[in-house]
Amino acid sequence: MDKFYFYTDQLTVGYNGVPLIKNIRLELQRGEILTLIGPNGAGKTTILRSIIQQLAPIAGVIWLDGRQTQELSRNELARQLSVVLTERVKPELMTCRDIVATGRYPYTGNFGRLSAEDWAIVEESMRLVHITELADRDFSQTSDGQKQRVMLARAICQQPDIIVLDEPTSFLDIRYKLEFLAILQNMSRTRRLSVIMSLHELDLAGRISDKIACVHGDKIERFGTPEEIFTSGYIPRLYQMTVGSYDELTGDMELPAVSGRPDVVVIAGGGTGTGVFRRLQRSRLPFAVGVLWENDLDYPAARALAAEVVSVPAFAPLTEDKLAQMRLLIDQAQSVICTLSRDKMTGSAAELAGLAAYAEAQGKLQ
Amino acid sequence: MSKGKRYGAAFVILLALLAAFLVLNVCIGSVNIPLADIVDIISGAGQNNTFSDIVRDIRAPRACAAAILGGALALAGYLLQTFFHNPIASPFTLGISSGAKLVVALVMVAALGYSRQISSWLMIFAAFVGAMICMGFVVLMSRVINQMSMLIVSGVMIGYICSAVTDFVVTFADDSDIVNLHNWSLGSFSGISWDNVAIMAVVVGIATLCVFLLSKPISAYQMGEAYAQNMGLNVKLFRIVLVVLSSVLAAAVTAFAGPVSFVGIAVPHLVKSLFGTAQPLLMVPACFLGGSSFCLLCDLLARTMFAPTELSISTVTAMLGAPVVIYVMIRRQKEK
Repeated sequence: MDKFYFYTDQLTVGYNGVPLIKNIRLELQRGEILTLIGPNGAGKTTILRSIIQQLAPIAGVIWLDGRQTQELSRNELARQLSVVLTERVKPELMTCRDIVATGRYPYTGNFGRLSAEDWAIVEESMRLVHITELADRDFSQTSDGQKQRVMLARAICQQPDIIVLDEPTSFLDIRYKLEFLAILQNMSRTRRLSVIMSLHELDLAGRISDKIACVHGDKIERFGTPEEIFTSGYIPRLYQMTVGSYDELTGDMELPAVSGRPDVVVIAGGGTGTGVFRRLQRSRLPFAVGVLWENDLDYPAARALAAEVVSVPAFAPLTEDKLAQMRLLIDQAQSVICTLSRDKMTGSAAELAGLAAYAEAQGKLQ
Repeated sequence: MSKGKRYGAAFVILLALLAAFLVLNVCIGSVNIPLADIVDIISGAGQNNTFSDIVRDIRAPRACAAAILGGALALAGYLLQTFFHNPIASPFTLGISSGAKLVVALVMVAALGYSRQISSWLMIFAAFVGAMICMGFVVLMSRVINQMSMLIVSGVMIGYICSAVTDFVVTFADDSDIVNLHNWSLGSFSGISWDNVAIMAVVVGIATLCVFLLSKPISAYQMGEAYAQNMGLNVKLFRIVLVVLSSVLAAAVTAFAGPVSFVGIAVPHLVKSLFGTAQPLLMVPACFLGGSSFCLLCDLLARTMFAPTELSISTVTAMLGAPVVIYVMIRRQKEK
């Protein structure tokens, strides 16, 4: 048991003595990244606030490096654990460097004066997060993305062994999201920094996390590696999705399919069709796709959006019954779209050219 | 470091202003006393007894009181702004001064009824009780009201209620000393003795020293409570200490000078602009010095502008301070 750097034992959290999430068991080694996912209001923030001792747990114990966090002094905890929160910081007349320097608080003397060594750590933290050029800027004049990185530098400057972040990427654009998570990953791999955070971006969570905990209802429904969590069909269940679909493998999400008898037939493959599928979905036209190999790039989107998908297993030859099924669909459809150029429809895909010709003969090919 | 030079220069400016206003306050008045005579009086070589009496018994204690209480007021404002994360919080806008005023007035009227002299300590204690009651109310309000401006509005309302009750008490208290009470309830540094000065120096001195020693936790608190807690600060305890200290400072001022408006907002803001930082380690002494100079200037104007008629101190502080407050609010709005 003690081999985990951080773990919780029978932890129950909530507000005013009312349990919200019970019997939480989280385990984390040094240098690992743990992400909490789950629907809005599930209690991710409550768990994080309990871990950082801003909310007294209702029951259970949090272990950090072989000691209970409740037994650590405030200063000891501050030297081991730092945070990046959703709370907006509105300091007056403070440069970004000043903000980062507040991370040295647990290490300074009675008047909080920073030594040369402390300032060196401040500069190093800013360098790690690539905000050296922001150092002398007024913090309140920076963008949300910049602020978030300054707060990360501040947390790193506290020289913790573990860092807790509450939805750190929510206000960042795609570039800063990736940069931010790359910095965290780098810190965890090179400095054995443990990370616990909550994320809304499931695709990113599946990529960066060593461990994922799914908060659902009054418990941690699943806890494990991303491969264990992102099994087919789990995410829609976790989030109680009623419309649309989520592909656990790619992280793609699609709006709900248009059902009904297919008006349009699409002959596609290799990723050429996905855009067409989405356009048809936007036009509210039910459509059929085929014949697709089940390992085709277009297959997940076709499954999510098409009223009907005619498919064959990966690498298998196209069978005559599937082709007959397609011809029937073409007969019933008003138009046929082929997104494959003729020179692509060769070899094992030669039969697809036959289907296109069949549609052309009926004057339905666009 | 150019920053270090700026801080040094700013402190030199504040000290120079304080010295200059102290001298001016002692020299200027209904009788102008030349600087040379002052030097003589202080060194004990003075021959002119009238001058000596004016300086020793009237002007010097009054100037000292203005300096000490002005500093206390600015510092109380700075603490309250930190506490509520609100740039226009001050003992006056949050109704704390008025609460202190009310309890002091009640105690004074009660004491006058028994024709007893009340000691400075009792006055301070009464003011402290009043300040704590209003402070407690405002803290409770701040739990419910998240909007900064609404908190101030509720504070101002409390202030009006307390002032109204005070006026009521003063109006119906039948005593010849009522004139004094009335002057006091408008705010004035007049009639302060050396004994008063000694007591206020002790109270304000200790409170200011405590605040200075709290510079580090204040800097953590400026980051917001959640971060402050993660930095190792005992937020609950710190909040209590902050409330008590700001109440003590506000109470000391009210007990001796009545309610004085706008110093608590204007001075911290001016000082921050002068220093270009909000670091508590610098701000605590700087706010004190700034408040001292500001109140000395205001008292000088109150005494001399329409001499021999003396204005109440709040009249002058409001005229100089209110524009600063308006400026702060406009700039805040722009930042959003």
